[in-house]
Amino acid sequence: MNALLKSKQEAAATRLDSASLPAAAGWSKAAREDALARVRSTGLPSRRDEYWKYTRPDALTQADATEADVFKSDEPLVFDSFDRLKVVFVDGVFSAELSDDLALEGIEIARLAEAADISWASELYGTLEAKGQSPVERPLAALNTALATDGVLIRCTKTPSKPVSLIYRRDSTTADAMLHHVVKVEAGASLTLLENGPGAARLNKCLEALVADGAEFHHVRAQGRDHARSAATHMFVELGRESVFKSFTLTVNGKLTRNECVIEFTGDDAIAHVAGAALGDGDFVHDDTVFVTHDAVNCESRQVFKKVLRNGATGVFQGKILVQPGAQKTDGYQKSQSLLLDGDSQFLAKPELEIYADDVACSHGSTSGAIDEDALFYLRARGIPEGIATDLMTLAFLAEAVEEVEDDALKGEITGRLEGWLLRHSRA
Amino acid sequence: MLEIKDLRVKLEEEDKQILKGVNLTVEAGKVHAIMGPNGSGKSTLSYVLSGKDGYEVTGGSATLDGDDLLDLDPEERAALGLFLAFQYPVEIPGVGNMTFLRTAVNSQRKARGEEAMSSTDFLKEIRAKAKELKIDAEMLKRPVNVGFSGGEKKRNEILQMAMLEPRMCILDETDSGLDVDAMKLVADGVNALRNEGRGFLVITHYQRLLDHIKPDVVHIMADGRIVKSGGPELALEVENNGYADILAEVA
Repeated sequence: MNALLKSKQEAAATRLDSASLPAAAGWSKAAREDALARVRSTGLPSRRDEYWKYTRPDALTQADATEADVFKSDEPLVFDSFDRLKVVFVDGVFSAELSDDLALEGIEIARLAEAADISWASELYGTLEAKGQSPVERPLAALNTALATDGVLIRCTKTPSKPVSLIYRRDSTTADAMLHHVVKVEAGASLTLLENGPGAARLNKCLEALVADGAEFHHVRAQGRDHARSAATHMFVELGRESVFKSFTLTVNGKLTRNECVIEFTGDDAIAHVAGAALGDGDFVHDDTVFVTHDAVNCESRQVFKKVLRNGATGVFQGKILVQPGAQKTDGYQKSQSLLLDGDSQFLAKPELEIYADDVACSHGSTSGAIDEDALFYLRARGIPEGIATDLMTLAFLAEAVEEVEDDALKGEITGRLEGWLLRHSRA
Repeated sequence: MLEIKDLRVKLEEEDKQILKGVNLTVEAGKVHAIMGPNGSGKSTLSYVLSGKDGYEVTGGSATLDGDDLLDLDPEERAALGLFLAFQYPVEIPGVGNMTFLRTAVNSQRKARGEEAMSSTDFLKEIRAKAKELKIDAEMLKRPVNVGFSGGEKKRNEILQMAMLEPRMCILDETDSGLDVDAMKLVADGVNALRNEGRGFLVITHYQRLLDHIKPDVVHIMADGRIVKSGGPELALEVENNGYADILAEVA
């Protein structure tokens, strides 16, 4: 056995020593035990892993969460003005008191920690995550499947009248939360899922979603503004025939964020777009790692990730499109760009295409650059102060990612949050 | 109004003197034209006056109604009432034309201690002014200059000028890339803005723009200096005989 694997397994063993399967595991026990065995065998990520070359996993794998101050603001939270079904977690624990009544026509919602054996969920829990471990290991997701203490199971049979909104509040400076959600959007239904808030001092969150034939799953999330928090999130999404998945993530601040998204097309003629806008100032590492597998005909995948970095912030993008033999007429696209507002910040990108079919269109583009000086001068020559001109151009840079949010009101909300961040950060 | 005295400018990056002592005074209400061959320093003069990076002033001064321009940021010069219509208006993807113009108008107002223009007033005004310049609503909604034709870009410059109401307007080769009809439209836009309180400096290669925007004074620039000044007839002389004769005469 090689030394790296041994040290990773030892790290896993140490971490698991102090952990135990949740007492109420019940129906999910088998999946959890399976995941536990997988973590023991792969070990936890190490900074010497190729997949963690650019982002140090230490804060995510160590025994306890690093203390993180709770961000306080009088401003309304994102999505506050939207009519939605609120499901609130505080430091990773569901709060019935703060949440709405979970009844909504067209969907069934149950709390993971309390759910009885629901057949659709027990068939899914840990399944997509396990599948997503190949060809690249994602031990933090397996750890999550094994140990998650809370989360929701959402089954959407008919398009509901409003979005479901998962809100992750923080109160404690040391909470170490592990949430696991399972979503199933049945044939022909359309679900919009909103997520916002930092979650915990350290958050490990996993979302498994099965989007059935002809179904749509729209996902918009804002990861909270806390500075010192760290987060590892995974989304595992499987798409049926003619289904649609669109996901957008806004990240402002946060000491360490690793967002992994694993998408697999299993039915023909489906569409998946995953996008993100991240703004980092100072002690900030943001990593978008995406893996899209085309295993069906005539599917379209699109990745659009934009990052604005300053004062030494780091942005990472690892994106892969794998086109399996026979996945003809695949249209795969990935774009990762960063706007570096100073010479101290850095952007590390690893775009990958692996194609085993001959009738496909796949492309990627990755750029890293500063503000366009000619455009900046043009704006200033019209009387717009440098700070505001920079903001306008920053918003313009991010617009392509925000455009991926289909709903106009949500798009406007995201743009408003971006403007707010810029206001606070650049004109101080 | 605009007073340029013995202005000397070199490129920041290389040891190349572009302006070698420019003297020029534009009075309120007057239109001055600067003509000259390629490389004479005409565009540099417009960039230095508006505050573009990359140039180093090695001597002389430029003031607008007594305020020293050369020490100010570009946005401060704009707020004082200086406007440059660009030879090559910049395309800015993602920034809407309307957002851009409203931000510009209100930034200048703020800098001058004036109240911001309300959205309603702004809309009303921009629609009226755009109509005069045959700029349709669709163009206003598009990102700044993106996908605009040459003529549309120049009309957009004049629209900005009309909205910002500067005291001193510099037009850098506004006729370049325009056909006759487009030039007339642009010239009409400029002429509509002529008044007693406003000065114009029109930089051009060709006399034809000056058929539409009638200058009070014409200057010939060559090798970083103004070598000859005169009335509108000087522009005709250039048109008929080229620059060679004039340059030979002053050499």
